[in-house]
Amino acid sequence: MPAISLPRTALIIAVMLLALFPLVSTTFYLQLGAKILIMAIFALSLDLLVGHTGLVSLGHAAYFGLAAYTLALLSPKYQAANLWLTLSAAMIAAALAALIIGYLVVRTAGVYFIMVTLAFAQMLYAIFHDTDLGGGSDGIYILVRPELTLAGFKPLNLEDPLEFYYLALICLIIVYAFLDRALHAPFGRALAGIRINEQRMRSIGYPVFTYKLVAFVLAGALAGLAGYLSACQFGFVNPDILGWHQSGVVLMMIILGGMGRLHGAVLGAFAYVFLQEILSSPAALGAYAKHWQLSMGALIVAVVLLLPHGIGGCIDIALRRQSYRHRDPESVR
Amino acid sequence: MFYLIQLLNAVQYGLLLFLLSSGLTLIFGIMGVINLAHGSFYMVGAYLAFWLVKLSGSLWLAVPIAVLIAFGVGLLLETAIFSRLYKRDHLYQVLLTFGLILILEELRSIAFGDDVHGVAVPELLNFSIPLTETLSYPVYRLFVTGVCLVIAGAMYWVIHKTRIGMMIRAGNSNREMAASLGINMPLLFAWVFAFGVALAALAGAIASPISSVFPGMGHHILILCFVVVVIGGIGSINGAMIASLAIGLADTLGKVIAAEYSAIAVYLVMALILLWRPQGIANKA
Repeated sequence: MPAISLPRTALIIAVMLLALFPLVSTTFYLQLGAKILIMAIFALSLDLLVGHTGLVSLGHAAYFGLAAYTLALLSPKYQAANLWLTLSAAMIAAALAALIIGYLVVRTAGVYFIMVTLAFAQMLYAIFHDTDLGGGSDGIYILVRPELTLAGFKPLNLEDPLEFYYLALICLIIVYAFLDRALHAPFGRALAGIRINEQRMRSIGYPVFTYKLVAFVLAGALAGLAGYLSACQFGFVNPDILGWHQSGVVLMMIILGGMGRLHGAVLGAFAYVFLQEILSSPAALGAYAKHWQLSMGALIVAVVLLLPHGIGGCIDIALRRQSYRHRDPESVR
Repeated sequence: MFYLIQLLNAVQYGLLLFLLSSGLTLIFGIMGVINLAHGSFYMVGAYLAFWLVKLSGSLWLAVPIAVLIAFGVGLLLETAIFSRLYKRDHLYQVLLTFGLILILEELRSIAFGDDVHGVAVPELLNFSIPLTETLSYPVYRLFVTGVCLVIAGAMYWVIHKTRIGMMIRAGNSNREMAASLGINMPLLFAWVFAFGVALAALAGAIASPISSVFPGMGHHILILCFVVVVIGGIGSINGAMIASLAIGLADTLGKVIAAEYSAIAVYLVMALILLWRPQGIANKA
């Protein structure tokens, strides 16, 4: 399995473009941009499981939503919450949920894993939807965004779309760099080994269960970061953010971008949100835009049938780079 | 008496779940395909019944026609789309069927709007059996229970006593071996898939007078079917039967005892079973 990252120059150019984007952008596109960056973090966290460990989770929105709810429940009504406190609480809550659920689900494999992750995510959905804990199906508003303080200063004001955009960008860069390091470290190599041949890794002596569980918890915590930022941005949480539709959407993003590549997950998030904007915009499609889910569904079916390597794979092929798609034993035969 | 009614409801709901999850588990077991759109076929069945009852005025006509249409749709989908998925990773199956859900749900919205619709119970069955002075049990629910039992029995007979059943069991335990022994697997796949879709549609159609038809009605029941398949073990009809009844019971009694937490009861059962037997109660490790 060769290296997973883009060439460094391409990455630096991409980061610079993202950092300069606000110069030419209106507030609307800044907010859309921040949303995309957050979804990219979310997609990266899932790619750690699906693309790098070979665990297809269909309940990843649970950790995203749980962190969002943690912020909503911890925020004082008319005052700003402390960002450091609420962020760590949110990520710990997401990681803890991933630990408990992961302990149960990681012992299953294949189709079972997909169904069981989905079922547990729906359990959390049911808890927030059916009980009064999180305001039921109406959700909760976060009236004041959390406050970021650093040694007595306020370096970033989250109420300002521009500064929020940069916060999201910084988070994305940190997560990307962290995952890139982790995946090139022995930990990441072990995950790749588990994805390709779990039996062999086990017989070599790797504690496969523990590795998978750690990956699951890590992915949950990072999804929590994305969920926290998302709740910050929209100032509102409801049960839909941890429903299975959201889980399906983020899975779509990493397929669209090409799984198993970190830049693929980011590309996929961009592509998906753009597509959704175009398909649901009355300016582009007129009255038909109301039924954007129909076109999105058709597009998903088409991508699966026609583009098995995603957009990232097409770029790789276009660049005549070797395709990284892991070959499952079925297709080799 | 109150608990008798709840018990009857639980059995009726559990058997309805069985109609859905037996198709799902067979499709898993034989083709190795995870089909998220199975719940949408339930919804399609219910809406077809609603529409056909409006056209013909009779549920007796509407249900068989809806099932036939669903069977045709199933054959079509299998040849056009699903047959390309058998060799692919589960991930792509998840995604493609997720796309199908979006399509079916949106088509439903275009054709029928987003309102809740009721379906009338047929005249013949529109009465209740009085149990006490205040409590009574609607006959239509008994009818649904009866239909499910008849179908479950027929399935058992087909799978265990007939030649087609032999092929299904062979395909279930080893696809390649069955194919190399001369069983026409592509044909078997197409029929089993269409049969599963028809069963889901039948469940939706006969449940429509009880549950009414509404947007997203396939989602909740799909998750419950997954729980059933996980508990029962993939490919196992017997396991699906036991698990369906258990989930029907947990769901119905949960609603009576603590309505807010009833959904959680179902998942707790699943978590316990996972700890005890990760491969399902009916499958050997």
